[in-house]
Parts: sequence; C-alpha cells; structure tokens
Amino acid sequence: MRKFDTKVQHLKYKVLREVARHSWNDTLLENVSEIPKMIVPGKTPTMRCCVYKERAILSERIKIAMGGNKDNPNVIEVIDIACDECPAAGYEVTDSCRGCLAHRCEDVCRRGAISFDHNHVAHIDKTKCVECGQCAKVCPYTAIVNRKRPCQNACKIKAISINEDNAASIDNDKCISCGACVYQCPFGAIMDKSFILNVIDLLKKSQQGGNYRLYALVAPSISSQFTYAKLGQVITGLKELGFHTVVEAALGADMVAQAESKELAEKGFLTSSCCPAFVSYVKSAFPDLAPYISHNLSPMATLAKYIKETTENAKIVFIGPCTAKKAEVQLESVKPYVDAALTFEELQALFDSRDIDITTLEEGVLDNASYFGRIFARCGGLSDAVAQGLKEQGITDFELKACSCDGIEECKAALLKKSKNVLNANFIEGMACIGGCIGGAGCLTHGEKNKAQVDEYGRQALEKTISDAVSVLK
Amino acid sequence: MKVTVCIGSSCHIKGSRQVVEQLQRLIADNGIGDKVELGGTFCMGKCQQGVCVTVDGAFHSVGPESVTEFFNSCILDGIKNESE
Repeated sequence: MRKFDTKVQHLKYKVLREVARHSWNDTLLENVSEIPKMIVPGKTPTMRCCVYKERAILSERIKIAMGGNKDNPNVIEVIDIACDECPAAGYEVTDSCRGCLAHRCEDVCRRGAISFDHNHVAHIDKTKCVECGQCAKVCPYTAIVNRKRPCQNACKIKAISINEDNAASIDNDKCISCGACVYQCPFGAIMDKSFILNVIDLLKKSQQGGNYRLYALVAPSISSQFTYAKLGQVITGLKELGFHTVVEAALGADMVAQAESKELAEKGFLTSSCCPAFVSYVKSAFPDLAPYISHNLSPMATLAKYIKETTENAKIVFIGPCTAKKAEVQLESVKPYVDAALTFEELQALFDSRDIDITTLEEGVLDNASYFGRIFARCGGLSDAVAQGLKEQGITDFELKACSCDGIEECKAALLKKSKNVLNANFIEGMACIGGCIGGAGCLTHGEKNKAQVDEYGRQALEKTISDAVSVLK
Repeated sequence: MKVTVCIGSSCHIKGSRQVVEQLQRLIADNGIGDKVELGGTFCMGKCQQGVCVTVDGAFHSVGPESVTEFFNSCILDGIKNESE
C-alpha cells in the first residue's frame, strides 16, 4: 500500500498527522515542541547533517501545518533553512566533455563565452554567458547541462529567484499558488500552508451536525486518489470524521458548464474561470485580458453558494488536489461560501490522525454530477462540457473553437496569442497544472493512469447529461 | 408550503431526480405553483428511507413510483386544508 509519490510528501504527511492528532485531543499547545523529536527520534540523522537541523526544519514544517506565517499573504511558503541552496549555476560543462576537435559549442556561442583548457576541455565564462542553451543543444556528448534549481524549473512563470542568502524566494506578485515548486523541490523546502486545524475546529464545533452541518465538497480528481481503497470507503471515512455529508464539486462543474456555454455564446470569447491559479495568472500577467475571464464562480464556489443559499446552518469544506484553492477561498467573492480548503494529502493525514483505516469501512455512495461535470478533473474535460452545454441548450448559431491549455506554459502561449489577436479560438480552457487537476500539487499520487480513472469515474455517473444533473437544483 | 427533496447521493441513486421532476409537473398541472415552494437539499441523514422528502418539516419517504399518491395526500390535501 503506497500512499505517496515521494518521501518529501510522506514527511509532510507525518507532520500534518501529528499536528492533527494533538489538535483533536486538545493537546497541541503543550506538545507542539515534542513533535519534531517524535518524528526524528535518536541521534542518527536520516535526512540532513544532524538530527538537530532535521528537528529545526520540522519545527518550521509544523508552523506551516498550523497555518504558517500570517504576515505572508501567499499560501505557498519557503522554509529558508530547508532550502539546500542547490547549485544555480545555469549551463555548465560536465566531465562528460571529451575535449573533441569539432568545438561545436564554441562555434554556436554568439557571446564568445566558451574557451578550452590545455586538455581541450570546454569551459563557460559566466560573465559572458546569457544561458541561451545553444551549446548544450549542439554538444554530441550532451556534456553541457543546465543546472537550474528544481523549484525554478518547476515555476514556469518565473516567480522564483535566489535571494542574498542563496535560498529560494517567491515573488508574491507573480506567484499563482499552483504549488508546482512545492511538489518539485527535492528537499521539501517549499510548502503550502495548511488549514487542517481550521477544519478540525469546524468538525469539532459542528458536534456531529448538532450546531451546524458540515459539508465536504470533493473534487472529481478524487477518483484517481486513495487508490488503495474504494472511493465509497473514502466517502464513509469523511462521514466518520464528522462531516454531515459528501457532495461532488463536479455538480458545480455541471452548473458552470451550463452557464458558461451560454455566456460564451453571448460574449463570443471567454477564458475559463475554474482554475484559480490560471485566473490569478491572467489577472497578474495579462490584465488586459481579465475582462474576458468567465464571470462564473468556480465549480467549488458555485455549488457551495447553492448549498449555503438553500440550507440553513451549512458550513463547507472543499477537498481537492489544489494548493491554489487555498488562496481562492480567501477571495472576497468566495469567502462567504467556502469555509476552508483541504488537499488530498491533508485528508490522508486527517484520516490517520483519527486512526480511521478507510480500507476496513463499508462503501458509501457519491453520485451527484454528470459525466461532463466529472471530467473537469482532467485537461480537455471543461471544453468537452462546454460543447455539450451548447448542444443541450440548443445553441446552434455559435461554433465552439476551444483551446485546451495543458499546464501554465500552454496557457501563457494562448494568452500571448490572444493579446496579439492571433489566437484561432474563441474559448481558452486554462489549466495551470499539467494534465489538469489530476496533476495538482495536493494530490497523493500522480500517475499515468489518473486520466483514465477520471474518465471511468465519469462514465459511472448515473446522469449522462448536464441538464439531467442540474435539473434537481431548480 | 415548503417541500424539500433530498438530492444527496444516496437519494439521487434511488431516483430523487424523477421525484423532483414529477413533483414539478404535478405542481404545474394543478396550478399550485404559487402555494408550494419546492427545493432541494443534500442529505437529511435518513438515507435508508430515501427518497427523503419533507413537507413543512414533516418527514416522508417517497419513491419515484409513489410520487402521485404522496402528492395527493400530503401536498394537495394539505393545501386544501390550509385554504379552508
């Protein structure tokens, strides 16, 4: 039974689990300083130079698990002392350089940055090099590599720089909180703030529905997660935790697909508004295109709004693959509807903090949305749903030309084209993570099969059309 | 009169969509749309007895096959009594 992709995730999980366990027992305050010792016992370091550094970093992780630095508005935070200060040298010649005769690297370099020593081995003069990468491309031995930091490599919108202490630093004005760096940093030095304590507080105070009813809105990408158990068992597990019931955020996606296809036909051009990281990117990097962002709330917020408007005493926790959702729920337009956002990673920690082994539970049911609402979880699904929405509403005088952007780099390319008026599409589906939500940083696992699992889950939906799924809401 | 149908997962599978649609039709056919407020809610906590429906807070267990009977006895009669 393997729950996580990496040991970094596992470490983060252990911290979250222990913080959560003490929080349930109201023993967190007196034990918070004991948690690092509990996770790293003894004197033999397993991760860093010594157990003391390991514990110091764990203390920082605990802070982030408890909500992080309140003065930093970003939900993504760097743990300075955990940053291993990876070499950030850019292009470098490795010892694979054979000292050949051809010197293609020298010929291709327009800056004259390449020279050779007495063994004919190439060297790059960093005062001249502009990191264009041409030398690496032409070397027949692939002896020149780009030593870029994994966090900078992961951040395609270039929000990460290296500060004077040689640690990674996030530009909050650029950062879209997608969490790509969180997942990619091999030292776990960048983390998403956790609001797991808020969720435990909400669960406790609801008193099993006595005070208010706590709804869990789960993202459809859950179908590719918790694969060691059945989805129905996850649903039962959520109810054991104290949630009143579990509702598919995909029903919100059905509602959005219906409204958005109408809006698109009326306006003639739109970008999607489902992915909070994409929306944040459009606003910060392409402010001129911001008016084209669909005016619909995200599926999460749309459904949460419906529940709060139709049910007295409802409170809502969103559970998904996404770190940017943690920022979305803080927006003024969303805050009234969603009380907290949790990732799948955090949900696993929450289960285990209560010693709930979901594999032993009976299977509950989860069925609110249609096939189309469910496939929002993977790239391309939203465009399919908008096409279906147009069809079901009989809108025939509008021809959909969708541009599905898989990852923020493709989003950037499409937005750039649109800003220059050369985009051959009238709808941009923007997904900041590669693969769509199933590639989200808060996923337990990221695998090849995830897309197929989402599609299969879509096909299992009782309702086959968007109109059928949303008809119960009228 | 406030009629609330459970549209949670369990009741959905038992046919809450059919119940909602039939009620919508019956309410329209009988011209009592101004007297009945039909709404949905997610889970009333009595999944075993679904499809769960409440009429002004009073619980009823309804199936897609018993909607008409339920409508006549609990909604239509209730409205007649109200107006008398």
